[in-house]
Amino acid sequence: MPGIIGKKVGMTSIYSAAGKNIPCTVIEAGPCVVTQIKTIEKDGYSAVQLAFGEKKAKNTSKPLQGHFKKAGTTPKRFLVEFNGFEGDVKLGDEIKLEALFAEGENVDVIGTTKGKGFQGVVKRHGFAGVGESTHGQHNRLRAPGSLGASSDPSRVFPGMRMAGRTGGDRRTVQNLQVVKVLAEENLILIKGAVPGFNGATVLIVK
Amino acid sequence: MNRIKELEKKLTQVKEWPAFQAGDSISVSYKIVEGNKERIQTFAGVVIQRRGTGTTETFTVRKMSGGVGVERIFPVSSPFLDTITVTKRGRVRRARIFYLRKRTGKASRIQERKYFGAATEAVAASAE
Repeated sequence: MPGIIGKKVGMTSIYSAAGKNIPCTVIEAGPCVVTQIKTIEKDGYSAVQLAFGEKKAKNTSKPLQGHFKKAGTTPKRFLVEFNGFEGDVKLGDEIKLEALFAEGENVDVIGTTKGKGFQGVVKRHGFAGVGESTHGQHNRLRAPGSLGASSDPSRVFPGMRMAGRTGGDRRTVQNLQVVKVLAEENLILIKGAVPGFNGATVLIVK
Repeated sequence: MNRIKELEKKLTQVKEWPAFQAGDSISVSYKIVEGNKERIQTFAGVVIQRRGTGTTETFTVRKMSGGVGVERIFPVSSPFLDTITVTKRGRVRRARIFYLRKRTGKASRIQERKYFGAATEAVAASAE
């Protein structure tokens, strides 16, 4: 699916024509440069590689510098492959926001969720905790409870939900409405929340 | 954060309202859309808080209606807001006067603010 790379700016709310207050995420997306076109004959599959975000040449490896030079562009920070562009674009083309998305359209947004560190099962898996806080209960309020049966099977089954590192996963939010596209500022307003912190890289996919 | 504030300013217009703060009595008239008819309703009471900044700022108005406290939150940039008039300025010592919720009758009175000081007087004069 064709898409674009962007940076989450933050959230706000705007009013629709009917006067409704719509919560929006502002994303600065594009312009992205086509840095490579992969074809079935050459690479075994077809895709288009897009680049976004400036980067200093001295922080770019020599092979990558060559890669960017081939596309006739400056070094970029992020490289992502998309499919669905095939045939429409050439190497070095600039992909702009307004060419891809129109207001009222539905899009998917892919991002990395905020890392929350080591968390217990209540936060991580939505467990309810054990029992009550009174009636002799002591330090069991947010405990996971039983992990399984006793001597048969005599082990904990793999995949049992337990405490651990939470967040920082790649997540896709589907069917978010495009509220507004501000072409000259490369900004897009999307209804609702999007994974990641402000400044995080997100992919907007059709 | 600045980019968000700039964008808000560009996308949303806030009408000019008179200056008011927590403790002031105001009357807010706002449009109500019923089907395809539009009419104006007023809500008069005491401002108990102003919250947020810029175009996303809101204020809460509290009134007693038949012995029951009613609170309404208005966004300052809401397109449904018609007029705001300050009926009385009150003197309170905090920005959020939630203690008013526990008080009824005589205890819920707010002292009137008569002296504004040079700076606030100018603001009040320009507001009226």
